[in-house]
Amino acid sequence: MTDDDRVFKALADPSRRFLLDLLFARDGRTLTELESALAMTRFGVAKHLRVLEEAGLVVTRRSGREKLHFLNPVPIRQIHDRWIDKYTEHQITTLIDLKHTLEEES
Amino acid sequence: MSDTKVFRIWIKAAPEKIWEALTDPEWNKRYGYGTPQTYDLQKGGQYQAVASQEMKDYAKANGFEMADIVVEGEVLEADAPRRLVQTWKMLMDPGTAAEPYTTLTWDIEDSGPGVCRVTITHELTGAPAHAAMVQGNPDAGAEGGGGWAWVLSDLKSLLETGSILAGK
Repeated sequence: MTDDDRVFKALADPSRRFLLDLLFARDGRTLTELESALAMTRFGVAKHLRVLEEAGLVVTRRSGREKLHFLNPVPIRQIHDRWIDKYTEHQITTLIDLKHTLEEES
Repeated sequence: MSDTKVFRIWIKAAPEKIWEALTDPEWNKRYGYGTPQTYDLQKGGQYQAVASQEMKDYAKANGFEMADIVVEGEVLEADAPRRLVQTWKMLMDPGTAAEPYTTLTWDIEDSGPGVCRVTITHELTGAPAHAAMVQGNPDAGAEGGGGWAWVLSDLKSLLETGSILAGK
């Protein structure tokens, strides 16, 4: 499996995307904290975190006795850079802004 | 609540080559924000990032003055080619200039044959404006740019293919 395959496989699962959303909202959480936000066993959450870590989307660091999980946005940036170049970026951002503005109004 | 941000990438290059790309201004001006950065690689040594001509031109066109030194800090630990720890403060923006110094660590580890794992750990305690900057704007061309994720992606591209993402 290539690095890209691992990233896409990791992102294909809604529970794993939810874990990334949690870390995006607040970084540096323990397994216990993450587990309490999901209706899933500790083992299940740990397994999902391992897939995310193998894909490089989550990085863990030891802090005393705790293992903290951090979101690593770099692989997602690399996917972005693969298909979106400097010149189309502005047009895409404009369209996304337009979508947000219109959806907020309605 | 954590004030630490972590950014990691795998690069197909020798650790010495990556170290040189980080610390030599001839190299580090070629990717990311394009600012030549100088290091005095010893404990207490000075770190400075100098405004590029492009930055100065942009500032002038938009009616403000760009400081000559855009980022500055002090080297806390330099263990070539494995680990660089430094303080880091952006001076070009009044919001970040008013914040305390942040601490930036670069770790370069062997990950496989010819591949290194490069990790940036950025301690951003009491520095929310810095945190927003380094986290990056999804639009790398917009104000503030793409942050560390974009810089690392660009560094990888330069070391592996010889050219940066913008194709210069």
